[in-house]
Formats: sequence, C-alpha cells, structure tokens
Amino acid sequence: MSKPHAILIGAGFTGCATAYDLALRGFDVTVLERGDLAAGTSGRTHGLLHSGARYCVTDQESAVECIDESRILARIAAQCIEFNGGLFIALDDSDLAFVDRFVEGAQTCHIPIEQISPRKALEMEPAINPGVLDAYWVPDGTFDPLRLALAFAASAKASGAVFKLYCQVEAMLADGQGNLNGVRYWDRTTGQHHELRGDIVVSATGAWAGELAELAGAHVPVRPTPGVMVAFASRFVERAINRLNKPGDGDIVLPQRRMVVVGTTSFEAEDVDYIPVSEEQVAEMVKRGADLIPALATAPQRGAYMASRPLVGSGTQARSIARTFKCFDHKESDGIDGFVTITGGKATTCRAMAEATADMVCRKLGVSAACQTRERPLRSYREFYRAGEGARA
Amino acid sequence: MTAEVWTVTFRVFRRKGAEAPHYDFFRLEVSPDEYVLDAIERIWAFHDRSLVYRYACHHATCGACGMRVNSVEKLTCITTIRSVARDGGEVTVEPLRNFPVISDLTVDMGDLYRSMEAVHYPAVSPVAAAPLPTIPAKDGISPGGPLREEPDAHRLNDCIECGLCVSACPIATTTAGYLGPAVLAAIQFQGISGKPALAGLADCEDGVWRCHSAYECTAVCPSLVDPGWRIMDLRKQAIGRRFRRLFGRGETA
Ligand SMILES: Cc1cc2nc3c(=O)[nH]c(=O)nc-3n(C[C@H](O)[C@H](O)[C@H](O)COP(=O)(O)OP(=O)(O)OC[C@H]3O[C@@H](n4cnc5c(N)ncnc54)[C@H](O)[C@@H]3O)c2cc1C
Ligand code: SF4
Repeated sequence: MSKPHAILIGAGFTGCATAYDLALRGFDVTVLERGDLAAGTSGRTHGLLHSGARYCVTDQESAVECIDESRILARIAAQCIEFNGGLFIALDDSDLAFVDRFVEGAQTCHIPIEQISPRKALEMEPAINPGVLDAYWVPDGTFDPLRLALAFAASAKASGAVFKLYCQVEAMLADGQGNLNGVRYWDRTTGQHHELRGDIVVSATGAWAGELAELAGAHVPVRPTPGVMVAFASRFVERAINRLNKPGDGDIVLPQRRMVVVGTTSFEAEDVDYIPVSEEQVAEMVKRGADLIPALATAPQRGAYMASRPLVGSGTQARSIARTFKCFDHKESDGIDGFVTITGGKATTCRAMAEATADMVCRKLGVSAACQTRERPLRSYREFYRAGEGARA
Repeated sequence: MTAEVWTVTFRVFRRKGAEAPHYDFFRLEVSPDEYVLDAIERIWAFHDRSLVYRYACHHATCGACGMRVNSVEKLTCITTIRSVARDGGEVTVEPLRNFPVISDLTVDMGDLYRSMEAVHYPAVSPVAAAPLPTIPAKDGISPGGPLREEPDAHRLNDCIECGLCVSACPIATTTAGYLGPAVLAAIQFQGISGKPALAGLADCEDGVWRCHSAYECTAVCPSLVDPGWRIMDLRKQAIGRRFRRLFGRGETA
C-alpha cells in the first residue's frame, strides 16, 4: 500500500511540529504556507520557554503541559534556546498575598521552584527593581522563534516532508459525499493556482483556523487575541523576569540575544491579517516593564510588534480562557470527514499539539504508528535549506 | 511615536516566475516612526496580496526581513520610515543582492545558511564565549547591558544570518567563490587555533585574502557583529598560525 498523504496548512510551530511527527510515522506530508516559515504568530511570539510557573495558579492544565514540554524542548531543541532560568519577583502587597498560592500551585504542577532572598536576587540580576520583596527561581528559558520553527521543519524535511512556501490555500476540495480530499492553492511566487489531493487535510493555522474551517463549511471557535511586545537594545538581565502575580499585561521581561523584550497585552481583534501597534500599548509596556527593570523607562527601543494568539473557546475574559490546545475532528463537529484542525496552545507545547494531532490522524486513517518526537534531538535548523532545491522546496 | 502623518510612495521591486522584473508604486499614509516592514505589510494586507516578502520576528532577532532600501541594506523591521524617507517622497525597496530572487522581495538564503552550517557557527553560546563588548552606540543600538560574566548562562549569538553584509560586499558581487563576511566572521568568532579545517577555509584565496577592506559589511550589519574587523583579526590569526607552523609548533600552539 502506498503511504497516506497528509496535506498540512500552516508552517508555524504547530504545522512544522505536526509535519515532523506525521513524517516520522510514515506519512507523505505536504505543508502549504501562505507566507514564509513562521510568518504568522509563531515568528512574532514573545519567546518564553514556559516552565508553567506563570499558569500554576490560574490554569494548572496548561502549567503541567508547559513544564513537561519545556523539559522536552530543552532536550531536543537546545540548539536555539537560552536556558538560563527565570525569576518571579514580588514588588507589592498584592504580589506578596499571591505567594502562598504560587508556591502551592507550583508544587501541584510539579514545577521545581526555589525561594531566593531579595538580596540574592539582586546579586543575580542587578538590573531588577531594588524594591524586590520576595523572589523565586523557576526553570524558564528563551527561544529564537524562527530557528525553533526551522528546526522542526528541517527535521520534517529530513523524513521526507515537502514544504511549499508562499502557497495560500484558497479552497477546500471535496469528494461526492462532501468529505475533503484536497485543496486548491495559489502559489504567490508564480501567480499560478494548483490542486493537490490527499487522504487528510490538517489545518494548523492558529488564529486563522476559523477562516480555514469556513472554507470547508465547518466551524472552529477560535478567538484571535493579539498582544504587543517591545524590544529594548540592551540585555539588562540573564533570566526571564516575571511579576509574581496572576498573569497580567507587561509582566514578563525576557532576555534575548543583546536585547530584552517586554510583553505583553491581550485584547480581541477581528482582522488578524494586519493589526497596528498602538502608541498607548507601547507606552504601557514601557511603564510595566520599568516596574520590573527600572532602566527600561529610558532605555533605547529596538522595535515594537504585535502577534495574535489563537485562543480556543468563547468565554468573555480573554486572559481567563485556557491556553491549552484543541484538536477538532470535523467529522464529529461538522459531519465533514477528511479534515482536522489543531489550534490554541503555546509555542512551548507545539510538540505535544503535534503528537495529539498525529494521534487523531492515525486513528482516523487506521494507521498504527507511535509518536517518536520526544527523545531525538531535532536536526540543525539550517538543514531546512538544502542544496539545489531553493528555499521553496 | 507621534501623530504625524506622512504620504510616502513605495517603489517596490516585483518579479513572478519567469516574468521580467518591474517596479510597482504604492502611495501610503504612514507615521514616520513606523518601520519600513509595517508599510510593506500594509501594502500586502490592503493593496496587493500577491506581494512576496520574508519576515518573522519583527524585532531583529531572526534576520529574515533584510532588503535594500534606497540601495542600502536594511533590516526592515527596525528601520523607521523617518530614517529613509521624507514627507511626500519616494522609497525604493528591492531584494538583497548576491542571492537568487525567489519572488519580489524574497531571496533564497540557502547558500548562506549552508555555509554557516559548514563552519559550525553555533546559534547559542555560553556568555563567557560571547561577551557583550562595549562598542560605540550606533544606529540606536546601545552597548550591551550590565551583563556579568556568568559562565553557565547562555545567549543567542549576534549573527542573525540576515545576509545584509553579503549583499553589501563589493567582492561578493564579483567573486562567486568568496566565503563572504558573515562566514568569515563566524570562523573568527570560534578562532582557528587547533581547528585545521576552519583555518584552511579562512587562510586561502577565497577566504580572508579576497577581502578588500571596504568595510561595507560592518556598515550595514544590524547586529554589531563587525565582520570587517573580524576579517582583519582573522588575517592576523592566519599569519600567526603560519609562523607557528614554520617554527614547527603545529596546530595547538
Ligand atoms: C503576543 C503573544 C506572545 C506569546 N508569547 C508566547 C511565549 O512567550 N511562549 C509561548 O510558548 N507561546 C507564546 N505565545 C503563543 C504562541 O506564539 C502561539 O501559540 C503559536 O505561535 C501558535 O503557532 P501556530 O503554528 O499554531 O500558529 P501560526 O504561527 O499563526 O501559524 C499559522 C500559519 O498558518 C498560515 N496560514 C493562514 N492562512 C493560511 C492559508 N489560507 N493558506 C496557507 N497558510 C495559511 C499563516 O501564515 C501562519 O504562518 C504568544 C502568543 C502571542 C500572540
Ligand atoms: S554578520 Fe551581520 S550583516 Fe552579516 S549576516 Fe551576520 S548579522 Fe547579518
């Protein structure tokens, strides 16, 4: 029997990791991405390899996913991760009142944390607010977004996956029974339109998952929830600095290369194709960031940018929606076979999202093959660009 | 940022498949403090969905959005419109030189990535091996922060493989075999002492000796790698190594 062919839409973290997982399980995989690799939310993510500590009180399911997956990524994707840990710092009474729940939550979610005296914290990170009242070390890290996506994609390619960049899916193709068996796409580098047939269509389009589902006449309750980030031109800290409280705006400062990046906010958007960065949001980030690292109030900026979370659900408070992911089998939700959507989640959990999606695809197609992505290190991200095939292959 | 609004015409290089290249013009209302990439993104979002361009992080950590803006290599995500245009003026945006064009503003970076891999340039290093030297502030980039040397801490290295230096290099334009500034800088970063393969690549005609010290690379590098200085340093390393070999002290001396 010939290999089953999976058509994957979207080459963010989720699409690249799913291509890798399916290719290892013996699928022929074609990835269609309308931009370049990581052109959606993934490229512009804040870049925190989450230990889960941020969610250990408010969203323990996410927290457990994060600690488990961050350990795996630190092992398989060390090539593009600064794994220096992080500090949660308490700066006022409200923060101090949160400490007990934080410590208990971390324990429940098996996240190893360690209390650090304010004096020691300032020794470790002299640039943080000298008014620090309490501090905890957590196993956070920073990743390079493009290179993390490239590493998964390079590994997928090494197992035979084909990436077609700048190819935008514009229609879903169905058989006589209304089940999907392919897509039509527009190759933006040539202007030509093509049809591609496959045994299963997997949409890994993040904040765009609702739009793609509509093309098939299906529904995905994804809420695009953008946030702003501001990068500064000096590396003030070695570790991720988090406010020790419930997740809020501008409460994380991450070191990255020679920079630090402050993030983020959370609001709702209709059109995710272009979300302007507002002056007010940038000013707010500088102000909140300066609570954690006072020098940010006057430090030169390196850039300000926006990305849109794919939050799943229909609650009212964006920050309170679970950050866990969801796989949709559209046969069950919409009566359309041959079509699966994976959305939600975080960069940190992209491998687990891929595993769950590949499990679902295997179940649907009656393929029995186990996930193999937990242990082996990813290929060098640079292997995505192989000799003689150009960046599009 | 300000509430200032400028009208700027973007003259954009276009090429699809085997068609002959041409330029398209897009008149946009912009804030002068927006970045060139924001304008390109709006051209795609609201004027022409066929525009092909590459980007990812939007804060100078990924190196994907290098282009020629008014004939100068820029990382468009951190280049303000104010720095390259004036109200009522025109800005030309073209793909990088010395790389094959895939379409419009996107080039194939494969050669650079493969060469960086061949010289084993690490993406992440211990900060002890990649300290933040005090280099005079340039282009709004201040010297490194108050970083202490923590041997256990790691950081992502400076070179973001953006290819701006390769595009700006007058030698890379005329000599296909030249290793080029980014790759030579990557060799210098690691040092050639005790590394005969790297030494062989650097100390040859298409290595350090091909460079004409134009320093265009250093002028355009958005990440303070200073490839021009590194190539000169690598020449010293190469000469030192030759001397040591002459006096029989071998590779590791
Ligand atoms: C502000 C912000 C900060 C964040 N910070 C962190 C963090 O610090 N740590 C962390 O772990 N996570 C973080 N996240 C979450 C994380 O970035 C996302 O969950 C993740 O990037 C989603 O990846 P994805 O592959 O599912 O979606 P995307 O990366 O959005 O990928 C979807 C892809 O589909 C493509 N596409 C869309 N339509 C089509 C079409 N018609 N045809 C073909 N392709 C199409 C898009 O171009 C895109 O590339 C953050 C998110 C935001 C918004
Ligand atoms: S040396 Fe500088 S200009 Fe050249 S590729 Fe590296 S970061 Fe870009």
